[in-house]
Amino acid sequence: MLLLASVALAFWWVPDDADQGFSQRIFYIHVPAAITAYALFGWAGWKALRLLWRGDERYDLESYTAIHVGLMWGVITLATGAIWAKISWGVWWSWSERQLVLFLILFLFYSAYFMLRYSVDAGPQRARMSAVYALFGVVLIPVSFLAIRLAENFIHPVVFTRDGPQMAGSMFLVFCLSLAGQVALAGALYQTELAGKRLDSRLRELRRVLA
Amino acid sequence: MTTAEKYVSAAYLVVLAIVLLYVVIYAFRMTRLDREVRELTELAARRDAPAADSGRGRGPAG
Repeated sequence: MLLLASVALAFWWVPDDADQGFSQRIFYIHVPAAITAYALFGWAGWKALRLLWRGDERYDLESYTAIHVGLMWGVITLATGAIWAKISWGVWWSWSERQLVLFLILFLFYSAYFMLRYSVDAGPQRARMSAVYALFGVVLIPVSFLAIRLAENFIHPVVFTRDGPQMAGSMFLVFCLSLAGQVALAGALYQTELAGKRLDSRLRELRRVLA
Repeated sequence: MTTAEKYVSAAYLVVLAIVLLYVVIYAFRMTRLDREVRELTELAARRDAPAADSGRGRGPAG
């Protein structure tokens, strides 16, 4: 509902941006998607830390699921970003943009998580290795997030500054609605996938017992 | 429809397509899990049936 409301408001309620015109509306889906991806990767890191700290293997599945759902939001961020770049800059991708390249590195880093995970047999060793890898990825999140402010010659727009959001109140409201909607959707998908994976693992156990 | 409107619509449709794809893949996975639950229930019922049959022939304990 939040997402539908934000899409409807983004198309028919918010005014056109003075600089970018109608195309600025991608902002309402692109930036919340990136923040949701960062949040999911951060959540995966937190679960990985708890696994290393407490040694409870249930955190391994939670961390893995968060990365899996986070990658989907990574794809959304990259796809919407490429479309926005095409309208604004005339190119689908710009290698000189540190923000884009760092997000791509973050995305590829977490994609490689699955290669590492499935190259090791299931068990406590795999859980610990995956947790350490997920924790390394967390370091990249603030670097990727702050890259735009560290860049010297950037063309990527900066909307959130120390003086607050540089946009009209109606635009900020739609942005917040979209962010809340995307975080809620990601949370729901995370919970559903986690429940499915737990059920899958219990069924495998049950099959072993019954065999 | 202007070029900007086409691109913005495409961006929103891409998001919808990605989320839908995920939901469809997950629906298939849930169907597989449902099938496995049914198979295991049948297996458990088959294992219980001979035990129940052999128990029926015996008289009450004591």
